Amino acid sequence: MKIVKVASAGTLESSDAFVEVAPAGEGVSLEIDSVVYAQFGEAIRQTVLDVLKDCGVEAACVRVADRGALECVLRARVETAVLRGKGEE
Amino acid sequence: MMKLVKTIKEAVALCGIKDGMTVSFHHHLRNGDFVLNMVMEELAAAGLRDLTVNASSLFDAHAPLLEHIEKGVVTGLSADYIAAGVGRAISQGIMEKPVQFRTHGGRPNDIRLGRTPIDVAFIAAPTADPMGNCSGKYGKSACGSLGYAFADAMFAKKVVVITDNLVPYPLADFSISENFVDYVVAVDAIGDPKGIVSGTTRITRDPVGLVMASHAARVIEASGLLKDGFSFQTGAGGASLAAAKFLKEIMLKKNIKGSFGLGGITAYMVDMLNAGCFETLMDVQCFDLDAVRSLRDNPRHREISALQYAAPTGRSAVVDSLDVVILGATQIDTDFNVNVHTDSNGYIMGGSGGHSDTAAGAKLSMIIAPMFRARLPIVTDKVTCISTPGKDIDVLVTQGGIAVNPRRQDLQEKLRAAGLPLVEIGELKEKTERITGTPAPCTKGDRVVAEVIGRNGDLQDVIYNVKE
Repeated sequence: MKIVKVASAGTLESSDAFVEVAPAGEGVSLEIDSVVYAQFGEAIRQTVLDVLKDCGVEAACVRVADRGALECVLRARVETAVLRGKGEE
Repeated sequence: MMKLVKTIKEAVALCGIKDGMTVSFHHHLRNGDFVLNMVMEELAAAGLRDLTVNASSLFDAHAPLLEHIEKGVVTGLSADYIAAGVGRAISQGIMEKPVQFRTHGGRPNDIRLGRTPIDVAFIAAPTADPMGNCSGKYGKSACGSLGYAFADAMFAKKVVVITDNLVPYPLADFSISENFVDYVVAVDAIGDPKGIVSGTTRITRDPVGLVMASHAARVIEASGLLKDGFSFQTGAGGASLAAAKFLKEIMLKKNIKGSFGLGGITAYMVDMLNAGCFETLMDVQCFDLDAVRSLRDNPRHREISALQYAAPTGRSAVVDSLDVVILGATQIDTDFNVNVHTDSNGYIMGGSGGHSDTAAGAKLSMIIAPMFRARLPIVTDKVTCISTPGKDIDVLVTQGGIAVNPRRQDLQEKLRAAGLPLVEIGELKEKTERITGTPAPCTKGDRVVAEVIGRNGDLQDVIYNVKE
């Protein structure tokens, strides 16, 4: 799946995450800001990369502003952002 | 004898404050307080250094204090509660000497016993007469009870009353009497009324909060303590208030006449008094205008000093007669130790206040908290800071079950018989982490930035700096 436009999902409410995807030449660049970075930073990174892989996204700029979202919430936000940013196929 | 002086500057000069002395403040004006900042500015302007500030609590409105710390005007700090704004700077290591945290009962106790002598106490008084009789019940800055200021007034070497409502002598309905007061200063404003009393906190509508509150009320009902003569304290948080609402319904339905409500008093406690749930309210601090009005107008609503509220080595304190207290927590560990001093990253953002005092005194001390907040589990293996020791906590109520301290088998049996959803605390921790994931442990700094002194005056725990 190819990201062709800037798209986002989620909010900055507590226990949610705001995820933005943008097109990129190659590879995934991932920027994470989280209120629980010290406790879950690595887990968040892994979750985002997993979802991107599952969606078949090979190139994207992804920005996550996490306000303590559970993993299921984070997965949903990333997946939705990807679907909103993909090209018509 | 002339006690009335024109300015704070003049009062400061007359008190003979010198480098290295201790000055004290009370926090009934809360985040609206102007007095601490006004006084500290005069002390700094007088060129004083190395002062210790002993405040019953510090709020974000007191952020100018940080500048006095940076400049060496203030080098010692003691408080029962420090809000996040000032707390963060403490955690970053702004002070060389560790801050001393006490409890609302421990602070006046240590003042009375001479462990923390005060050179000059500054009393923010919403109404006062020229000889220093003063009250919090009247005036544009009315805050209700002056409970935390009594020990300061009684035991400080010098006492200055600062008011923005000077009335002719004598103020008949005084709280603190003239025989303790050296000087009186009238100023334009001692505080911002908007910050003094918060708007009434609403009862939570969050379904998770309502489940917890309903459990909390049922635990109290099942404990056997809810009968005529019942006494109760609760916090001002949304879920605690909801618990009080459920409790009120049970009390009215069963026609139970309680004896007293205690604490920081909110409109909901006033409502319970007026509905006949309690005979009396014992009030060390008013949280809203309904509480202020009630304290002023209803003789069954009594102002009490912090000494009477909770001091551990007085002849007795009200907490010793307390049946049930509902308290909060930022963390609780599997030994039931509770942290209310630091946030999940280790930054100071609170303090015991009356937490440890009421937990120690009450027959049933209950923590009410969600299983997790913003992905962070409430139950941990070991709390970052022991604010209240687990031996004083009886039960934890969450939406995912009720965990009883194993020390309280009797309570466990009663709750089981009532059909309440019990869970072992370790099991609750695992259940929560299946939802949130297991948090990586926080790395703490290597320097002690605060000492947590238990209500009896012993060092209970220390708080380390946060590495950024």
